[in-house]
Amino acid sequence: MSALDDNAKEIAEDAGGGGGASSSPEVNTKEQDKGSTGPVILFFIAGLLASLILGWIIFPKLLYSKKKQPIDFNHVLHMAEVEDGCESCHFFREDGTYSGVPKLDQCIDCHEEIQGDSPDEIKFVEEYISKGREVPWLVYSRQPDCVFFSHVAHVKIAKMDCVTCHGHIGESESLKIYEENRITGYSRDIWGKSIGGFKKNTWDRMKMDDCAECHRTTTANIERTGVKTPTKRVIDHLVDVVSPGTSMSEKGSSVQTERGACFVCHK
Amino acid sequence: MKVGRRSFLSFLLGGAAGTALSPLPWKLMDDSSIWTQMWPWTPVPKDGEASYVNSSCTLCPGGCGITVRKIDDRAVKIEGMKGHPVNNGGLCILGLSGLQLLYGPTRVRTPLKRVGKRGQGRWEKISWKDAVSEVAETLGDLREKGQSHTVGFISGSDRGTVPRLFERFLTVYGSPNLIRTPSIIDSYELALHLMQGAQALPGFDFENANFILSFGSGIVDGWGSPVRMFRANSVWRDTGARVIQIEPRLSNTAAKSDKWIPINPGTEAALALGIAHVIIAESLYDYNFIDNYSSGFGDWKRLVIDKYSPDSVATITGIDSTTITALARSFARAPKPLAICGRGQGSTPGSFNECTAVHALNALVGNINKKGGIFAVAEPDYINWPEVEMDATAASGMQKDRLDGAGSKKYPFSRYLLNRLPQAINSGEKYPLKTLFVAGANPLYTMSDSKTVKKAFDKVPFIVSFSSYMDETAQNADLILPNHNYLERYEDIPTPAGMPKPVIGLSRPVVEPQFNTKHTGDFIILLAKALGGTMGSAFAWNGYNECLKETLGYKWRVMVEKGFWSYPDFFVQTHEESFDTASGKFEFAPEETGALKPFKPVNIEGDKTNYPLLLVPYDSIRLASGVVGDPPFVVKSVDDTVLKGTDVFIEINPKTAGEHGLREGQLAMLSTPVGQAKVKVHLFDGIMPGLVALPRGLGHTAYDEYLAGKGINFNELIGPVEDPVSGLDAAWGVRVKLAKA
Repeated sequence: MSALDDNAKEIAEDAGGGGGASSSPEVNTKEQDKGSTGPVILFFIAGLLASLILGWIIFPKLLYSKKKQPIDFNHVLHMAEVEDGCESCHFFREDGTYSGVPKLDQCIDCHEEIQGDSPDEIKFVEEYISKGREVPWLVYSRQPDCVFFSHVAHVKIAKMDCVTCHGHIGESESLKIYEENRITGYSRDIWGKSIGGFKKNTWDRMKMDDCAECHRTTTANIERTGVKTPTKRVIDHLVDVVSPGTSMSEKGSSVQTERGACFVCHK
Repeated sequence: MKVGRRSFLSFLLGGAAGTALSPLPWKLMDDSSIWTQMWPWTPVPKDGEASYVNSSCTLCPGGCGITVRKIDDRAVKIEGMKGHPVNNGGLCILGLSGLQLLYGPTRVRTPLKRVGKRGQGRWEKISWKDAVSEVAETLGDLREKGQSHTVGFISGSDRGTVPRLFERFLTVYGSPNLIRTPSIIDSYELALHLMQGAQALPGFDFENANFILSFGSGIVDGWGSPVRMFRANSVWRDTGARVIQIEPRLSNTAAKSDKWIPINPGTEAALALGIAHVIIAESLYDYNFIDNYSSGFGDWKRLVIDKYSPDSVATITGIDSTTITALARSFARAPKPLAICGRGQGSTPGSFNECTAVHALNALVGNINKKGGIFAVAEPDYINWPEVEMDATAASGMQKDRLDGAGSKKYPFSRYLLNRLPQAINSGEKYPLKTLFVAGANPLYTMSDSKTVKKAFDKVPFIVSFSSYMDETAQNADLILPNHNYLERYEDIPTPAGMPKPVIGLSRPVVEPQFNTKHTGDFIILLAKALGGTMGSAFAWNGYNECLKETLGYKWRVMVEKGFWSYPDFFVQTHEESFDTASGKFEFAPEETGALKPFKPVNIEGDKTNYPLLLVPYDSIRLASGVVGDPPFVVKSVDDTVLKGTDVFIEINPKTAGEHGLREGQLAMLSTPVGQAKVKVHLFDGIMPGLVALPRGLGHTAYDEYLAGKGINFNELIGPVEDPVSGLDAAWGVRVKLAKA
């Protein structure tokens, strides 16, 4: 109650403050405005700047924790040794499933003995190979569990190359710091390095919008085209509300995506 | 500069505008939605390489082939094996849930030695080395004192290499007391022995039969090899075979049958003889078989014609005489009729008289060792180990009478009589039991009259359990030497229950042993070696796997690849060579069976005045009542008119319930001469008046929180009733009193 009372008092004082210059209330108001516009704008800008700095610079720093991979890995070195490119280690199994990050089984042939004298190599052989422990790699491209993704459909059937989604990781000499989202636990690479969601390359981010980008535009004989992203959906709805009947989009059975089913991509 | 209210509001406004123009709110919204959809504490199955391993399920005697799907080293799903002679791709709910036994909390993870009082649950971990030496020491002492015969071994099976290792061990050690857990197979084995002179298992050619007369056998409730029975039941729908179910309660099997005939419980033998009467009187039997391949038909015929006219049978069974006559005619006239017995899942041997009467029906229509009929399937003879050399102690130990009285003067033909063991221990008439091994069995749960069984076990100074799980018997043991789980070990599974031709299934490791467990076969070999002398030399193998591989010989490779071995050269014996009795023919009424004595119902416990109602058990495929209990997934599938929370429901006819003033869902006290229990009432029109039915498989005190303490164990309410001929447990129910609780 006391706070309210204080407010009431303040308001009363404000109202009564001009009592001394009651002869010319208009002028008085003008003067008052003149006197306070500067700081008000200043404060607006200060608030604006502070929150922009917070949102664009400080927030991403707080949101992501930085983690080092258990050991470093040189893709260039390995690419020189293998014949089949990426698929030499990141191969498809006989049943068409994708093996993902290599297991010790694939490394053990060469790395049973320590190769060279890099500390990471020594650690790899001593800590993992000889103990039979798998390396707990932090996977930059790991999608949430609810996402269905078939490598074989994209790489073997649609003949896409690895770089389109994974970038030039095969040309890297060391592994970058893994940035983990403190809320979701997934890698920063999914949302993309740019906190604003801007991207230059196809591999810069891997959210649903980015999947949809291809799936909307690629040839119609691929079944899964016309995927509506959340963003596109909002816009379509707005168009629908503003001028009903003008929207060109087809509507499927699903209210959310306006397509046939969500479960093609979502578990 | 004075920061006024306006400036402050302006700052906030600027902040709000800036925030909206920054990615912060949108990103947070996105992240929080990902977080809420994928709670970090929800387990996510690991990705990896999928592979499949063929093996055999040993959770029941059904012997189904299984294909286990694995992701890397983890088993993730059990499926029925396609092309397997038993189940061809099908699997039951228990088999499907086997992974919960593998990875569940009930596993015994390491050898345990009791430190507190028995059953108190206080254990000390010991090493396998200490476990071997501790058991060897105890057994060595007994042997030195000339008491080798005081060692007993309860085993879930007596077939296959592992039970044969137990047998071999006891023989060379000097104890006759290997006891197999009972089932309807005991009665059938005895019937085949006495009537056909065969030492064999019953095999039923269900797939080719077209008229099935079931005396209470739960065809779709888990009788025989359950999945094979489901499949046969489907085949019958297609081929137009008829199924007649005779039992006092509308079980699932009865509901699925073509005709359900309710019968006064325990009078099935009389009905079988009544049917025989009509078949004989109307000359509907197989003349060729009766005239050429049977003996004693005349005497038996006289008894049947004199005593079992449809009218007199109608009085005993409560089925009217026209139904009996019609049933007999359709059975005899069917091209391929087949009569079977064994109530519910066939977990009790039942009255021997009943088994022979039902078997005689098959003989009457001449379908012994014939397509669509019943076969005497000899055990596959692949176990050919060198004869054991017995020292004097072993020889004198083996000369002693068995503690359970099997093979004694009273019961000369029975092989195992586990139901008589508790009484033998408690009375102390013969000799005390000093050490008891239990493998593949959970007698403290599955044996009737649990209190007496417990009392008997309390008198045994040293109990060793080989259970993989903390079951009732393991809980009350002195030493638990956990076997590998069935998905972690090699084992041969000879001819599953009821198969008409021999098959050997191979159970093989799907995953590495998850805990510090040991194959019981390995333990027995180590134990024999530790005891030394003739015992060590009888077990020359370096381990169980070597023993199994050597025993199977050339079959091994095929079995590893296919998962089973079937005998390609197996042929059905002709009637000339089928019968190894004194007469060389099928014996209708061998003297020993008492088949020529008039029908005498099993004298079940309790008097009519104090216990006016009859309590019968019932089986369900959703309730595992044998050596393993229900895993959580199976418990979940039990209907809430059977089990609700921790309360079990009895089934009772609304009429009988009305007489006792009981309403649906009401609590009632069930008292039998053996025990009492609080139950809830479920009114069921499908049960005959005067009867109360209680499910088997509940009321565990062991296992995990998903099973323990739920419902009542039927075995606490019923005691065994010795069959006068076989000595096996003939009880089909018990008299009971029901009162409002």
